[in-house]
Amino acid sequence: MGRKLLLEHINVPNINTFDVYRSKGGYAAVEKALKTLSPEDIVEEVKKSGLRGRGGAGFPTGMKWSFLAKPEGKPRYLVCNADESEPGTFKDRFLMTKIPHLLIEGMIIGSFALGAKTSYIYVRGEMMPQIRILEKAIAEARNAGFLGKNILGTGYDLELYVQPGGGAYICGEETALIESLEGKRGNPRIKPPFPAIAGLWGCPTVVNNVESIAAVVPIIRDGGEEYAKIGVGRSTGTKLISASGNLVKPGIYEIELGVPVEEFIYSDEYCGGIANGKRLKAVVAGGSSVPILPANLINKTINQEARLMTYESLSDGGFATGSMMGSGGFIAFDEDQCIVRNTWNFARFYHHESCGQCSPCREGTGWMEKVLHRLEYGHGKLSDIDLLVDVSRKIEGNTICPLGDAAAWPVASAIRHFRDEFEWHVTEPKFCLQRNYGLAHYADPLPKPEPVAV
Amino acid sequence: MSEIVKVSIDGIPVEVAPGTTILNAARQIGGDVVPPAMCYYSKLEGSGGKCRTCLVKVSKGSEKDPRPMPKLVASCRTTVMDGMEVQNITSPEVIEARKGIVEMLLINHPLDCPVCDQAGECSLQDLAYEHGAAKTRYEFERRKFERVDIGDKIQLHMTRCILCYRCVFVADQITDHRIHGILNRGDHSEISTYIHQAVDNDFSGNVIDVCPVGALTDKTFRFKNRVWFTKPVEAHRDCDKCCGKVTLWYKGEDVLRVTGRKDAYGEVEEFICNTCRFEQKKTADWVIEGPRNVSNDSVISSNHYGSLNLPPVVKKNLALQESNKEQLERFTRL
Repeated sequence: MGRKLLLEHINVPNINTFDVYRSKGGYAAVEKALKTLSPEDIVEEVKKSGLRGRGGAGFPTGMKWSFLAKPEGKPRYLVCNADESEPGTFKDRFLMTKIPHLLIEGMIIGSFALGAKTSYIYVRGEMMPQIRILEKAIAEARNAGFLGKNILGTGYDLELYVQPGGGAYICGEETALIESLEGKRGNPRIKPPFPAIAGLWGCPTVVNNVESIAAVVPIIRDGGEEYAKIGVGRSTGTKLISASGNLVKPGIYEIELGVPVEEFIYSDEYCGGIANGKRLKAVVAGGSSVPILPANLINKTINQEARLMTYESLSDGGFATGSMMGSGGFIAFDEDQCIVRNTWNFARFYHHESCGQCSPCREGTGWMEKVLHRLEYGHGKLSDIDLLVDVSRKIEGNTICPLGDAAAWPVASAIRHFRDEFEWHVTEPKFCLQRNYGLAHYADPLPKPEPVAV
Repeated sequence: MSEIVKVSIDGIPVEVAPGTTILNAARQIGGDVVPPAMCYYSKLEGSGGKCRTCLVKVSKGSEKDPRPMPKLVASCRTTVMDGMEVQNITSPEVIEARKGIVEMLLINHPLDCPVCDQAGECSLQDLAYEHGAAKTRYEFERRKFERVDIGDKIQLHMTRCILCYRCVFVADQITDHRIHGILNRGDHSEISTYIHQAVDNDFSGNVIDVCPVGALTDKTFRFKNRVWFTKPVEAHRDCDKCCGKVTLWYKGEDVLRVTGRKDAYGEVEEFICNTCRFEQKKTADWVIEGPRNVSNDSVISSNHYGSLNLPPVVKKNLALQESNKEQLERFTRL
């Protein structure tokens, strides 16, 4: 069993209350940080830990913190991005429901490190129970003197607020989140300026994912170097993976980065294999927006090496044969799942969630959804497949925010790896409504790559 | 930072003030290297970045950091750096992306130019003429909206809208309380006033001038005439609310409509008030300055002003030039 840092005490009864959390060593990291460390030390410690943003992009958190502009006379803000709405990702909700004080502890340390006197947790509007849990936890922490004026007698003041979002996926994009927090329509801003220079109300702001902020607690408690010992290469520490789909044991797993994907799927310690004794067809490794991979590419990279659960290994091979770590939404598809239907479902989601600000994403996502719908229900043409590739290429990279890329990648990758299945939907329109394409050759071992002629 | 920043756009060097955007630097050069802009409007604060037609490639970031930018950038919102090298029409990547964007803009556009009042002075029409495909690949029903009256003088036809947000910025920047904005999201988002309130301001008519397509039209001019049959004339009057400098659009003796004076990029020189725009439609109300110079490329200029484009046969034949001498001289004078 791998080391658990975030979910160590998750099964302790009433860990969501302050007293139990405190008795398990909670808030020790805050005491250590506020009493013995300077803000610069904390940032240095996080840098040393090699912690990378857990929200999707994987940008080093310590770097992000050190980029924060510190002009005189302007307040700075730390905002926690709890607008988790990516299909396939549900780790932050779990963390906030079960162990809210971990997030609050991380927020206090992070705010202290950045010099923020006011911090916000922006929670997705649909997560009303979690908002109540967080508010209760904040009240408990305030009673115990960990929030408010003069925390622990160190002279540091911090106010922590929970802000419910309006229920839009786009508000998980950091500048849209800031707009929404300011009370405006959640449209992403045009960058530059980046939030580290001008974010919330024009002041320097850092936006971090729930899990990144929670991971700061073990980093400060045990030291950044200790944290960096876990993991492989530049992927350090532990990561929460939301495993879903046709697995024997779907759920939230805290893994040490570097676990082989094959072990993660089939070992009893983790997901326990594919449900009902079926075979694996495809995996979306990091939430709906990352490229989908067929079974033969998820277990082994194109160079026949075992694929590991790390940022680097999952993206090995680029978009041609690789995927991304993303936010850790691990979705497994068994042999009876239809990739075309799944792609259509993702496209429908992005069509619904596009903010409509910039033209390629606004018009293109709807177009892709309609074409995919037609393909799924057997009314498609062979040219539709190339059309989809072309439309996705015209959206990708040409939009204000990454939602355009996120909408284009699943479609482009599904066609790249499962083109036969799309073609089958066109050539056998009757069958595609009655049965699925099946596993076909998607789990066959890959041929050894031919040596490149020198 | 030095006072002057040197950049090159498609290999043409230009010196601009620091903080200038790539688009404005290109406009200082002029000609073909200027990226098209559907949503950017230099007189409106915060506009731009949305339509993505002005995407350009930055092949060299700056003198200090020569790395190219990883993605195409919106030239209207990216400021120039010293030593920056920008590729617009010399980059096939940019041309390809722009084609894609024009196609996206057109898939939900009704293409009802034959009955649209904006036809002839429509930015989308020009853009599609230059960059669009001859045939659409979109085979689904286009989105439709009901026509809405915003106030008694302006009509909103949302079906034609390309969501450039220019009118939102106008309404935001001229009125005290915000009543004009976007409802819904994605491809069903809609420009609207909150619960069908009228935009009630002396300058509200400017939303018609800033609209790059025919989504916002002047109700006093709707279906009166095609713009290329009307003759634009510059005129002014003493107005206590605005500068009073306008373009009158004549058909015969009648002033059919009044607009602001638009420059080469379709931007008005100065915003005009609703009194000038909607009320003053008699020649006696105005002091006529002279004919408006309309670009040769514009359909409006056909048969009106500007120089006479000689048929090729006349250019070759001296005898024909002699016989048309009188007419040629008249055009040279004009």
